[in-house]
Order: sequence, then C-alpha cells, then structure tokens
Amino acid sequence: MTTAALLPTKADEAFRYADLAALAMLWPLPAEAVDVAAGESGSLSVVLAGDAPAARDLAITLGEGASYDLRLLNAGGAYGRIAVTVRLAKGAKFHLGAAQLGGGDQTLEIVTEVIHAEPDAQSSQVVRSVLAGHATGTYLGRVVVNRGAIGTDGEQSIRAMLLDRTATANARPELEIYADDVKCAHGCAVGELDAQGLFYLQSRGLPPAEAKKLMLQAFIAEAFVDAPEEEVLTQAALQALGGLL
Amino acid sequence: MLTISDLSNEIAGKAILKGLSLTINAGEIHAIMGPNGAGKSTLAYTLGGRPGYDVTGGTVDFDGADLLAMDPHERAAAGLFLGFQYPVEIPGVSNVQFLREALNAQRKQRGEEPLSGAAFLKLAREKADLLRMDMDMLKRPVNVGFSGGEKKRAEMVQMGILDPKLAILDETDSGLDIDALRICGEGINAIMRRPDKAVLLITHYQRLLDYVKPDFVHVLAGGRIVRSGGPELALELEQHGYEAVA
Repeated sequence: MTTAALLPTKADEAFRYADLAALAMLWPLPAEAVDVAAGESGSLSVVLAGDAPAARDLAITLGEGASYDLRLLNAGGAYGRIAVTVRLAKGAKFHLGAAQLGGGDQTLEIVTEVIHAEPDAQSSQVVRSVLAGHATGTYLGRVVVNRGAIGTDGEQSIRAMLLDRTATANARPELEIYADDVKCAHGCAVGELDAQGLFYLQSRGLPPAEAKKLMLQAFIAEAFVDAPEEEVLTQAALQALGGLL
Repeated sequence: MLTISDLSNEIAGKAILKGLSLTINAGEIHAIMGPNGAGKSTLAYTLGGRPGYDVTGGTVDFDGADLLAMDPHERAAAGLFLGFQYPVEIPGVSNVQFLREALNAQRKQRGEEPLSGAAFLKLAREKADLLRMDMDMLKRPVNVGFSGGEKKRAEMVQMGILDPKLAILDETDSGLDIDALRICGEGINAIMRRPDKAVLLITHYQRLLDYVKPDFVHVLAGGRIVRSGGPELALELEQHGYEAVA
C-alpha cells in the first residue's frame, strides 16, 4: 500500500478488484501519514459520499500505548477506495469501523494491513457492506503479527449483505502470525436480508423499502457504534442506503 | 368484517387450504382448532400475505376491500394484525423504534398525521403496563433474548399499540406458562373485545379459551372448515379429540 509511481495492476493483490481506469485518474495517490505519539489517542472519520471517484491511502503509526479510532463510510461515486496501513507499537490499540454501501455499477473497496509490531497491542476491525444492483464491494484485510509480538489481540468481523443476486461481495481476512501466544479471530459472512424478518416488519405496516432500511440500518450500525461522530456517520449512511432501496 | 369464500392455496406446489369459507362479523371472537398439519397456520399466513403462500382460488373480503390484492403492509394499515406463533427476532432494531415507525407508516397510509415521540411513548407505556411488560424490554431489540412467554406478551403489546380492527392470533398460547397465559388472555380481551373489532384465535387447546371466550368455534381439517359451533364445541374436542368430532 505504499505509493508507487507506477499504476498498479491486477497482479498486485491489494488492487486485484480495483477499478483501474478510475484509479488512473487519481494516481499517484499520496499516502496520508497519521502519527499518534506514545500514550496519546486520536480518531478520524472518512466519508466518501460524493459522485466523483475517490481514493484515500492512510498510513497510521501508533506509538507505545497509543490508541486510534478510525471510521469509514465508503459510499461515493463509481469508484471508492480506502486503503489503510496501521503499525502498532507495544500496548497500542486500533479500532476500525467501516461501512460500504453501493449500488449500480459502483466498485468499492477497503484494503487494510494491520501490523502488530510489538507485544500486547490490540486491533479490531468491523466492516459491514451493503451491495445492490451490479455493485462490487471488497474487503481485503491482513493482520500481521511480527516475531516477538506476544500478547497480540487481533479481531476481524466482516459481513456483507447482498440486496440483489447481481451484486458481488469479496471478503478476504488474512492472518500472518510470526509469534506465539497471540489471540487472533476472524469472522466473515456474506448473506441476504432475512425474508422472515422482512415479512414480520411488513406485517406491522412498514412498506418493503422501509422494512429493508430498518434492518440494514441495524446491520451497519455495528460499524459506527460508539464512534465520536456516530450521529453524522449514521445520517450519511442512511442517506446512502435510501439511494439503494 | 371478514368474509373468506372458498379459499384455496398452495405452498411450493402443495395444496394446503382446499376451499375454506368463514365469515367473521364485528364484535365476534372466533376460534379455529384442528389437528397438526390441517392448515391453521397456513390460513393465518395467507391472510397476512406472506410470500410463498400462493392463493389458487377463492376470495377474501375485508371491510369491503379485496384483502388478497393488498401487500402485507397495506393489510396492516387496513386494520389487520397477525400474531405470530414464532415471533421473529430482529437484532439491532429496538421495539420502540420499530413500533413507532410501523405505527406511523400505517397512519401515513391512512392519511393520518404521525404520532410524536412523546405521544408514542405514552401509548407504548400504557400498553406495556396492560401486558405487565417492563418498558426497558421495549427498548431492547425486537424479540432478541426474549423468552417464549415474553415474545408472546410483546406481540400483544404490539397489537395494543397498533390497535387493529381484526387480530388473527396464531397459537398465541403456545410456550406460555399459566400466569403468562392469563396475562395474554386478559390483554386480548382488553384490547380487542369491542363492538367494532374482531378476533380469530388459532389454537390447539381449550386453555386459552378459558380466558378469551369465543363466540364461535370451528374445526379446521384437511384444508377446510369441517365443523362449526359455539363454545361448547371446544370442550367436546378437548374430551373426545378431533377424530371423533370432525
């Protein structure tokens, strides 16, 4: 995920599902460095919600005992890409909560690499995607535990909901562990809205689109729960959801 | 209020209801009993408009409107309430949010003004009290982590808030202990026993009918009503079983 002068190709795993034509217009992509000093904490919300293709490349470095809360809403134009590299020093904490909402022919992707460089750091990633039409939503997430980074706690919870059979979700959580005594968990699921639940909500008077919206709202809420800007993110997500239904 | 004429349907190509007819007038409480597999729940779901329950013949008139032509949410707005045998869990959606949106969606379809948050909470509290349900439970996600009895009481709270004209209650008594059965029975009476409302109770057992006294009892077997009578029919069924009666 480092910035290269040359446009990547599909052979590059991190760009395997990218819309390279759209990416070419944005290239070269400057990496945005975020450094959080030892013991400090920080947070950031990134919302891609415009019509234009957009791509961001974040490089986050967390010092000893530092913590960072990152929230992403990837719901923009034809192409939206958010790449994040995080390096955690001893005892650092990182949380990612992300939602990708796409329809039409949108290509959306979140690509993360979380490196537990030193012992006792914690990382958690919650990614929720809702895809309609012919949209493609991708999550590629690698968690690397360096040699000696004992006491690591890494977690990935990746779920996608397909509203149409023509939509595509790619999800690839990966673990690379070079240390003993670490705790890493990942869960990944792609599904459709529960038909029974939808009928239940409709039987109480909610029209189909509102019933779906209510269920999807609950689904993506998991990405934004306890965010410093929870309200803003939720409203932006609801607006994007409204466009899909 | 409800006139079902010669209703037939099938699920995945298999015929379940086979020419069922039933008329329910305002102010009446009807009970439908019958053996497993007779089509009782199928009748409830078909009247509620559940996808996959394909009507192959017959008509259903609900207060002058063609019920079968309406979508599920339109049936609700027209005054139909379906009490589920197995209420569905909806993680992440609180009862309060769900019911307020549902009630206001119904009101919107009827051309009425939405209820304010404060007015809704007052109404919800009133109905929760009626079913002895703590308001804190209504702030939790819909049916998630509720016991069987709590789910059924929550259904009755929903019914109280939505205030339907006709309630079709599918085995509301299943999974209830004796106290919860009495509370649900009293709730049904308080909410629905009125001259302008009607109830269709679907049940296996007499015990719910001890609390909610039906005006008419029907036996559903083989996809149609095979016998109708007064409350005494339920007792006869309890004593002699369906095979002897139907």
